[in-house]
Amino acid sequence: MKVRGFFRKYGEDYLFALPYMLLFTVFTVLPVLISVVLSFSYFNVLESPEFIGLGNYTKMFVNDNLTVKAFSNTVIIAMIVGPGGYLLSIALAWIISEFPRGLRSVLTLLLYAPSISGSAYMIWQIIYSGDQYGWLNGILMSLNLIYEPIQWLTDTSYMMVAAIIAILWTSLGTGFLSFIAGFQSMDRKLFEAAAVDGIKNRFQELWYITLPSIRPQLMFGAVMSITASFGVGDIINGLFGFPSTNYALYTVVHMLQDYGSTRFEMGYASAIATVLFLLMIIINKVVQKVLSKVGE
Amino acid sequence: MKKIKILPTSHKVNRSFGGTVGLFLFILTVACFMALPMVLIISNSFKPLDELWAFPPKLFPVQPTLRNYSDMMDVMADSLVPFTRYLSNTVFITFAGTLGHIILSSMCAFVFAKKSFPGRKVMFETVVLTLMFNATVTAIPNYLVMAKLGWINTLFSLVVPALASPLGLYLMKQFMEQSIPDALIEASRVDGASQFVIFWRIVMPNVKPAWLTLMLLSVQSLWNIGGTTYIFSDEKKTLAYALHQITTAGIARAGVSAAVSVVLMSVPIGIFLFSQSKIIETMAASGMKD
Repeated sequence: MKVRGFFRKYGEDYLFALPYMLLFTVFTVLPVLISVVLSFSYFNVLESPEFIGLGNYTKMFVNDNLTVKAFSNTVIIAMIVGPGGYLLSIALAWIISEFPRGLRSVLTLLLYAPSISGSAYMIWQIIYSGDQYGWLNGILMSLNLIYEPIQWLTDTSYMMVAAIIAILWTSLGTGFLSFIAGFQSMDRKLFEAAAVDGIKNRFQELWYITLPSIRPQLMFGAVMSITASFGVGDIINGLFGFPSTNYALYTVVHMLQDYGSTRFEMGYASAIATVLFLLMIIINKVVQKVLSKVGE
Repeated sequence: MKKIKILPTSHKVNRSFGGTVGLFLFILTVACFMALPMVLIISNSFKPLDELWAFPPKLFPVQPTLRNYSDMMDVMADSLVPFTRYLSNTVFITFAGTLGHIILSSMCAFVFAKKSFPGRKVMFETVVLTLMFNATVTAIPNYLVMAKLGWINTLFSLVVPALASPLGLYLMKQFMEQSIPDALIEASRVDGASQFVIFWRIVMPNVKPAWLTLMLLSVQSLWNIGGTTYIFSDEKKTLAYALHQITTAGIARAGVSAAVSVVLMSVPIGIFLFSQSKIIETMAASGMKD
């Protein structure tokens, strides 16, 4: 009668978790597993998958010229946008917490709005437009800083910078709010004690007192930043088109789109997805380790 | 009830005037950078065509017009499927998805936060792990799953996966852990309340800030959903899809395109505007432990 006792004790708890966990398993866990399994196969949707061992992985790193480009672009963008957006979020959230309440709310709304505005980033197409009517060109030309309009969206020497600025514009998301909350819920006594202990200015206070006490928020924000910085495909497609000029902004996400939805090489696309998945998890774990040392 | 404290005014120890001015100037610069594109969208939506492409560019319209908005409605009226159909699809998806997400996540978060059944830790850690990768990774197998379920070209394919978004469960669980004392639940149990009554009458009314947060996150993604991967018949397409179709005509539609953006962004921004302090309160509990 052990089983019956177990169910009497926990049955209701499982019932409460069941609906969410069922959907979560079907739409999040299962797809990851399918992806890993398919990555060892040749699968074109029409015929059933055929096991080909590590074939997709060797193809990816030995035969595919664009792979190197896609991975290096992805890492470059993630390395700048991830930490950039993260540090910007911390800095801005901290500065906001220095100001009185009314100003704080207005600033929070202003800074957070771009990240929840759907495809509002399309406005950058008008800012970057390649003729003199584009905003950036128009401003630079009326200030006589440049004499010819610059093709921000198609000239490969400017595309990466243009993309990064537009992506940073959307990067003050959930993590940013978490930092604001962290800074606001600090225990005031800590600061008074620190002042007595010889903390001289607000920057010392930030480094020695504030950041270590909001470490849990810093960890959460890091996860949000990393995840976002690897998934910037939509904004690049929207502004620069797909494929972008000379594949200058070709990323792993685009590679997935290319093989998955255009060429129907599902096995190969799954291998790409699996590598991207592992890359994100590893970076997250490493960053968590580093952050756990803040203020120690 | 333990409340998360939000300081009424900021602490002021060791503050130099110069530092405050410097920080203010810095944040003013960044705020302008963040706000300018938004202002540009809004003002473009009120500009007549000749002002949209002026050299040198003007930020504010000289002769503001509602023409772009009426054009938007005209194009909509001419479309294959009535505009109201797109709107009702999106409203349905957003409403059903958000309501379901809040209820399912809260039920699961409640037992994760306040009960100790075997397997609870592993399940929660799996959810946290999925916060660490982007949904693009699972796009292809998700399509295969939808095809197997026979949900391609149905609104289910947009609503149902949104019910189990990991971020909502995570935030709800963290918030419940911090804001609902165990003693309260214990006391209700002693009084003879069933698990469901405790959840619905005791826990849910006390986590209103977290509902609002889940609502914002869910509405923000569902209201803007294009649904181009799973939906192909016109009468099931969404507002975001229809609106983006209008803007593909290019330069000549720049004004209408801005009007479209204003319509799409006003809903999530409106929610945030009215629930900011509650959302920040929820976020105070968002931290991850080592």
